[in-house]
Amino acid sequence: MTLQNIGRSVSFAVGRDKPSPAAALLARMGSASRLALSRYGLVAAFLVLWQVSSTHGWVNPAVFPPLNAIASALWKGITGGALVDDIAISLQRSGLAFAAAVVFAIPLGLFMGSIPAVERAIDPILQLFRQTSALALYPVFILLLGLGEASKVFVIFWATIFPLLLSTVGGVKEVDPKLIEMARVYGASRLAIFRRVVLPGAIPSIFVGMRLSATTALLLLIASEMIGANKGIGFQVMNAQYNFQIPLMFAAIVILAALGLIANSAIVLLQRRLCRWSEPVSI
Amino acid sequence: MNLTATRRGEVAIRDLSKSFQISGRRLDVLSQLSLEIRSGECLVIVGASGSGKTTLLRVLAGLETADDGEVLIDGRPVHGVGSERAVIFQEPRLLPWLTVLGNISFGLEVRGEPQAHARETARQYLSLVGLDDFAEAYPRQLSGGMAQRVGIARALAVQPEILLLDEPFGALDAMTKITMQEELSRIWREENVTMVMVTHDIEEAIFLADRVLVLPQVRGGRVKLIDIDLPRPRDRSASAFVRQREVLLREFGLH
Ligand SMILES: Nc1ncnc2c1ncn2[C@@H]1O[C@H](COP(=O)(O)OP(=O)(O)OP(=O)(O)O)[C@@H](O)[C@H]1O
Ligand SMILES: [Mg+2]
Repeated sequence: MTLQNIGRSVSFAVGRDKPSPAAALLARMGSASRLALSRYGLVAAFLVLWQVSSTHGWVNPAVFPPLNAIASALWKGITGGALVDDIAISLQRSGLAFAAAVVFAIPLGLFMGSIPAVERAIDPILQLFRQTSALALYPVFILLLGLGEASKVFVIFWATIFPLLLSTVGGVKEVDPKLIEMARVYGASRLAIFRRVVLPGAIPSIFVGMRLSATTALLLLIASEMIGANKGIGFQVMNAQYNFQIPLMFAAIVILAALGLIANSAIVLLQRRLCRWSEPVSI
Repeated sequence: MNLTATRRGEVAIRDLSKSFQISGRRLDVLSQLSLEIRSGECLVIVGASGSGKTTLLRVLAGLETADDGEVLIDGRPVHGVGSERAVIFQEPRLLPWLTVLGNISFGLEVRGEPQAHARETARQYLSLVGLDDFAEAYPRQLSGGMAQRVGIARALAVQPEILLLDEPFGALDAMTKITMQEELSRIWREENVTMVMVTHDIEEAIFLADRVLVLPQVRGGRVKLIDIDLPRPRDRSASAFVRQREVLLREFGLH
């Protein structure tokens, strides 16, 4: 009985016609759209809810303007050039600070992770600095560097170092000692072990650190621009709110979100190209 | 005629002792072990868990230093790792960021061989272990047995005189294990390399070994050396094979 059933279901599966190319394409599109729905469905629902609540007056449209008002403020800001300068200066501040952090923290982290004595010496002061909020130190930096660009770039740099440094150190220390021993058996020098085992092994962690640092950089960018600036996206958010240009305020916030997303996907893209052997973890 | 001067891969272990400190107490793992391993021989080490098999192999590899006594390879005392020895560990220990081919040529590359030449040699050993189609695969795309074969190819590619293996097939299923043992036996005969191999598997020991070294179960007990005089290639179901098995099992007090 059961055997017969199996036989029948097999012949059914084999005997089924091959789907036509058009049907196959439709099926692929169907599954692609299902994938898109499961991935972006909630975002879409959120936007729809926003729009409907705003236009129907379920929320105060003066505080939550409809999406089209935000979009047109965004469009005007960018095409009219009002927001372009702000974007440029913000990119410059955070980009400079992030680049400086990469150049400073990755080599230092590799060095600390490789030599335990160095890590032991640096770790206490690192923990002390890390636990002190960068924003609390911002007034100190202003005193030292003035209210101009230097103090802003520096406070962003300061906060951005730590995630990158700690991830790099962790990445180096977590490289499998068995792999290092294997390399040693083949007579690899210390430098060869570093270059061929430790460094590639630490790269995924370094990328995690870069993504955390990019997020931190944007956070500190906005905070510093809200405190003492007359240009920049963070300034625009505050300024638009003071002047009750709420669509403009949201437009600035949208730009910020977009910057964060772009920075993150740029780093993920770089990681995919650099380490095809591993899949980037999402955070 | 004296051939000893041209012999390669001879190992002499002289009065070797090694102990570890474990929470303040001294544990004598190897005491006064002496043994000669012939060039091209396959010596298999068996013994209960904790009897010091891995420790002995690591001393031979130069990854661990003896407290007393010495190891001579082709007459020269061992200090640390050396290019005439290669180790195959229980885990394949492949570098996940290198392709199969890259992993096999890794040993040659860190020894300073130009990459193009190293990769060429690596290709030969890739064929030897039957993985030609996987040259560009990454380790995460391999099965356990395939990964272990890559590890074996990497070790052979540096053309060692002595191959040290620590339970290389311990993690494999029974079927894969038998295939791998047959492959290893073939490679060993083709490459004319001295092999020292640790295993838990009595059948594996008899299938591969010229001699079996049995480490004592009680500390300070005597080691035993058992000759395996069976024709090669060996047949696991032959009555002589089965008899050898019983002899070895008796050594473990299991019969
Ligand atoms: N690095 C170490 N430090 C301290 N003790 C060690 C160390 N390595 C091994 N030992 C001890 O030496 C003894 C022998 O260990 P070894 O790994 O050589 O055993 P083994 O025969 O390989 O056992 P198994 O069959 O379980 O692999 C064990 O009791 C172990 O606790
Ligand atoms: Mg062991």
